[in-house]
Amino acid sequence: MHPLFAYLGAVALIPIFTGVWRNRMVLAAALFGLFVVHSLPEGLTATASFLGHELTLFRVDALSRMFGYIFCLNSVFAFLFAYKLVDVRQQLAALCYIGSAVGAVFAGDLITLYVFWEVMAVASTFLILARKTTLSSGAGFRYVLVHLFGGLCMLAGIIVHVQATGSIALTSLAPNLGGWLILAGVLINVSAFPFARWLSESYPEATVTGGVILSAYTTKTAVYVLLRSFPGWEVLIVVGCVMAVYGIIYAILENDMRRILAFSITNQAGFMVVGAGIGTALSINGAAAHAFCSILYTSLLWMSAGAVLAATGKSKCTELGGLHKAMPLTLLLGFIGALTISSFPGTAGFTSKTMILQAAANEHLLWVLLVLEVASAGVFLHAGLKYPFFVFFSKDSGLRPPEAPRHMLLSMGGLAFLCLLIGVYPQPLYAMLPFDPAGFDAYKAGKLVGHMQLLLFSAAAFFVMLPLLRNTDTVTLDADWFYRRGGSLFYRAVSAVFNGLNEVSAKAAGGFVHGFAEFCRKIPERVLLVVTSLNPDSFGSGRANSALRLKQIRESLDAAALPVGGSLVAVTLGLAVLLALVL
Amino acid sequence: MSKNNKPDFFDKPKTRRMLWALLWAACGLSLVAQFFASPEPHFGFDGFLGFNALFGFACVVALVLAGRGLGFILKRDTNYYDD
Repeated sequence: MHPLFAYLGAVALIPIFTGVWRNRMVLAAALFGLFVVHSLPEGLTATASFLGHELTLFRVDALSRMFGYIFCLNSVFAFLFAYKLVDVRQQLAALCYIGSAVGAVFAGDLITLYVFWEVMAVASTFLILARKTTLSSGAGFRYVLVHLFGGLCMLAGIIVHVQATGSIALTSLAPNLGGWLILAGVLINVSAFPFARWLSESYPEATVTGGVILSAYTTKTAVYVLLRSFPGWEVLIVVGCVMAVYGIIYAILENDMRRILAFSITNQAGFMVVGAGIGTALSINGAAAHAFCSILYTSLLWMSAGAVLAATGKSKCTELGGLHKAMPLTLLLGFIGALTISSFPGTAGFTSKTMILQAAANEHLLWVLLVLEVASAGVFLHAGLKYPFFVFFSKDSGLRPPEAPRHMLLSMGGLAFLCLLIGVYPQPLYAMLPFDPAGFDAYKAGKLVGHMQLLLFSAAAFFVMLPLLRNTDTVTLDADWFYRRGGSLFYRAVSAVFNGLNEVSAKAAGGFVHGFAEFCRKIPERVLLVVTSLNPDSFGSGRANSALRLKQIRESLDAAALPVGGSLVAVTLGLAVLLALVL
Repeated sequence: MSKNNKPDFFDKPKTRRMLWALLWAACGLSLVAQFFASPEPHFGFDGFLGFNALFGFACVVALVLAGRGLGFILKRDTNYYDD
């Protein structure tokens, strides 16, 4: 059975349940989904026919199973965290979003993937809009536009690819136009620079629960597609390195705690993109393992920040601080997440990230290794130290909210436990990997010493540099300027050009019509003027000059008092002309 | 809401001194540990004692300075996009 049905079933049952029973039902559905994934045999497929193509709706292999497993596992903790949530729209959006993410990783062809991909984009938007603030509706609007653009790139790529090859299979793609277009769509979802800002702009505007759920699925589904279809594409190494550094620099400049964590998602996804780009068995393993672990610790971090936001209503570092006195358990559990994202030895992050670093070293990609080491120090700086320090320590904000409620602590506790468990006992994780990780050992003494030196001296540098790390209540410019400010400038420019053109055209047309009407109105007097000039005596007061004659003609025309002889001649001539034309 | 106004454990100067001492001690320990197990050098120039320590320290200093420098260029008022 497809685990997607667990979430679809919950969607169908939502109208039947109310109150706390609805939350229990949703949690039970997530647990059922996890059970279904757990019992899936590898090699299972389900196909269907669609417009002459054989769709592979369901494909279970090591890679898809691993992502499906962590997606369902995370949903259990997310719904436990949201146990007291009373907003049915968020529950519906979350179920559709998670269900379609599960559907996407088990999809065996491009069309099925695309359908789930778009459902994810739309469903996730509602988790942002559900915050119901001006900022969240703006962010949600831009979020869905960016994702629809990404989806269109992917659709165009799929069409080109299918036209060229006739195949819709979701396997390794060739670097041709179709492949590049699909890659562009996937890179937008993985928050690659310069299409990174949608993430750090929208997730922090989502609801408390929304932030936790959003942090896990969109980027990791994109990582899955990179591992599946683009392994060994060297451009991904560069893209991943840029992402890793981008995330750090912007996180250092950031004041909002959930935005700091949002940048860390881009930073960590950068490691996975590099892993996909290197394309060896070890690097693919490393990227998959790191995606698995990063869902655990990212969720944990977002939960701790969400608990703080729920308790205080604040998320800016400048308004927070000193919360260790009021929320010590949230701090403790969040700090385990902070250590894990920093890949501290003994945590899940260490057992997965070192695999990517080792893969880069094995391929002698020294500059890549160097950038990733810088990024390792940097992630400890911003997510490992800056986030917990400015929220829970630093200056005392005077806030004394109650500790996070029990269901939130339980959920965070479960994730923290898994972070530590995989850190000391990574074998179950390694057993799920798509390739046999034989020969890899994260805990080599020399590696351990080197990594501890890196982290400890990074920490020392953080505290030495603390005066330069003071937060300011500002926003930072990014590539999103082009569609936020640039978009409105473009709108104004287009409006000025085309509305100006409209105005000029209207004036020109109006002037022409007016002039032509005036010209037509004057035809009789002009004709009379010419006629009377032939025989000046025939009209009015004899030999008058032409100006006086014109005046007399006008007066006569206005009063309809023309001389009979002249009129008769004119009418006869006019009729003769008409007759000549007709005959 | 405020439960107490007395200096918190982490606010005491004595604790702060102790935490600093602990941090530097841990750093020192990680350097000493290299005598027993040295990380595998990758670049040719990274075999000396405490390369990773120096690298980590320098990276954070450089990143903070880079961030601060870029802040002057990139930071805008919070209502920059509001108009």
